[in-house]
Amino acid sequence: MGVLEIAKGMGVTLSKLFQKPVTVSYPEQRATLQPRFRGRHILTRHPGTGLEKCIGCSLCAAACPAYAIYVEAAENDPAAPVSPGERYAKVYEINMLRCIFCGMCEEACPTGAVVLGNEFEMADYRYRDFVYGKEDMLVGVTGSLPQRREAERKGKPVRLGFQLEGGVREELEGVKYQ
Amino acid sequence: MPDWLATLLISLLKAVLVVLGLLTTFAYMTLVERRLLGRMQLRPGPNRVGPMGLLQPAADAIKSIFKEDLNVTLADKLVYTLAPIVAIGMALTAFGGLPAGPAGSLFGENPWVYNLDAGILALLALTSMGVYGIFLGGWASGSKYPILGGLRSSAQMISYELGMGLSILGLLMLVGTTSFHKTFNDDGTLRALGFVEWQATNGWLILFQALGFALFLISSFAETNRTPFDLPEAEQEIVAGYLTEYSAIKWALFQMAEYVNMITASAVMATLFFGGWKGPQFLNGLIPGISEWPLIWLILKIAFFLFLFIWVRATLPRLRYDQLMRFGWKLVLPLALANTVMTAAFLAFRGQGGLWLLGVLSFAGLLALLIMSDRVRTLWNQPTVRREGEVRLGGGD
Repeated sequence: MGVLEIAKGMGVTLSKLFQKPVTVSYPEQRATLQPRFRGRHILTRHPGTGLEKCIGCSLCAAACPAYAIYVEAAENDPAAPVSPGERYAKVYEINMLRCIFCGMCEEACPTGAVVLGNEFEMADYRYRDFVYGKEDMLVGVTGSLPQRREAERKGKPVRLGFQLEGGVREELEGVKYQ
Repeated sequence: MPDWLATLLISLLKAVLVVLGLLTTFAYMTLVERRLLGRMQLRPGPNRVGPMGLLQPAADAIKSIFKEDLNVTLADKLVYTLAPIVAIGMALTAFGGLPAGPAGSLFGENPWVYNLDAGILALLALTSMGVYGIFLGGWASGSKYPILGGLRSSAQMISYELGMGLSILGLLMLVGTTSFHKTFNDDGTLRALGFVEWQATNGWLILFQALGFALFLISSFAETNRTPFDLPEAEQEIVAGYLTEYSAIKWALFQMAEYVNMITASAVMATLFFGGWKGPQFLNGLIPGISEWPLIWLILKIAFFLFLFIWVRATLPRLRYDQLMRFGWKLVLPLALANTVMTAAFLAFRGQGGLWLLGVLSFAGLLALLIMSDRVRTLWNQPTVRREGEVRLGGGD
């Protein structure tokens, strides 16, 4: 390292001093997520009929390496079906403390019912609040449990801490992010 | 009130002012440094506490005061407690001798706390007393890592102290005094101008002692334990060096000492090489009297050097210990000696010639060093030459 290299290095640091920082001041500014980001799960519905895609086959639970998913299936009532198949998921729970957001459930699902979405602000206080049920994950539910609780307390809409680059992924059909 | 009491009180007041000023500068130095380092690394730096992060130093102070002050069982309690106080005390004392303006310019008082004829020598002696703080701190911690760190740090500081002292010998010969102020003979005739007055008459000393300044700058970085010579805080190598067993306010005192030393070193460089509290004379043509504005110029110059310290820290990686030692002993020390000899020879043989030739010689020497740096560095950067067929055992050189 001769003096010339040192001078070059000093020049680099000095020029960076006058550039704008690349840091995102996250809570105030929103984080920009890449399209393949894997966040909180979403249970999708068929866009036309509104029926749940999940048929309660438990393949996601079998594929889950962290044993975070619990599915309990029940027979569909032909008069008022919940899903288009013979059965539907009566109970569908994911323990977010165990989930490693690997996306194996998404790949194992034969109907594309469980999809990893974009929400990631899920810090909470009590263990039991991390077990998300169907009502927390079905399409149309915006925000995680703590986010929705916060929004209700403040009487304001849920504020999502991210923005998307390149729009919503195709597999998240019917999912609306503001 | 008797005369001596008034003088004493005024001196005390000035000392307190200097200490307060230095500690405030230290506090905001840490903030400025973190912000600048942040910006150089393309991030904003601390900006959460107060508007623009301006209260960060206060938050740091509160934190370090109320943090649990751990005591080590095997520590020598008295020395363990005294070491940081020695470090910060010496750092603070050293600054008081530097002149911040002409005599009587501070509300009728002299803008310095004490005035010794030894001047720069006393100042260097005081700053090197900081080694005691570091080494005693390492020793009294009663633990292996700190003592190794302390040993290593004191070896470094003593090595560079030599280069530092030698590199200003040329200045002393040119100016003819070690004092910062005018000195008089017994009969009242002027014996020598102080550093600042000499530079106001003959031009800044950097013009005549560029090589000496480069060596002094490098030694200052090593003396204040700043990057790339920040081995004393080498977290990666020996945990944290002499600081390992220190926590809370004692740890903060060591940090404070480092920063105050940095401010002192900047002030010394400004005073010795860059005209001290006087600004450039040619500016007087634009605004009359601007070169005499009290404090402004000194503060500006100190700020410039502090920025340099931060800038270098943002750029250079840390030297290895053996590189550091070789650099100090094989390059800085001989060059400082050569600079001394060159200046002495010039002064002895110059006849009626002006000083400009010395300046040219000095600049040429520095330039040659910079251009040849890739050749020169092998002299100190390489371990001993390995001969053909020689078997070397593992474990470093």
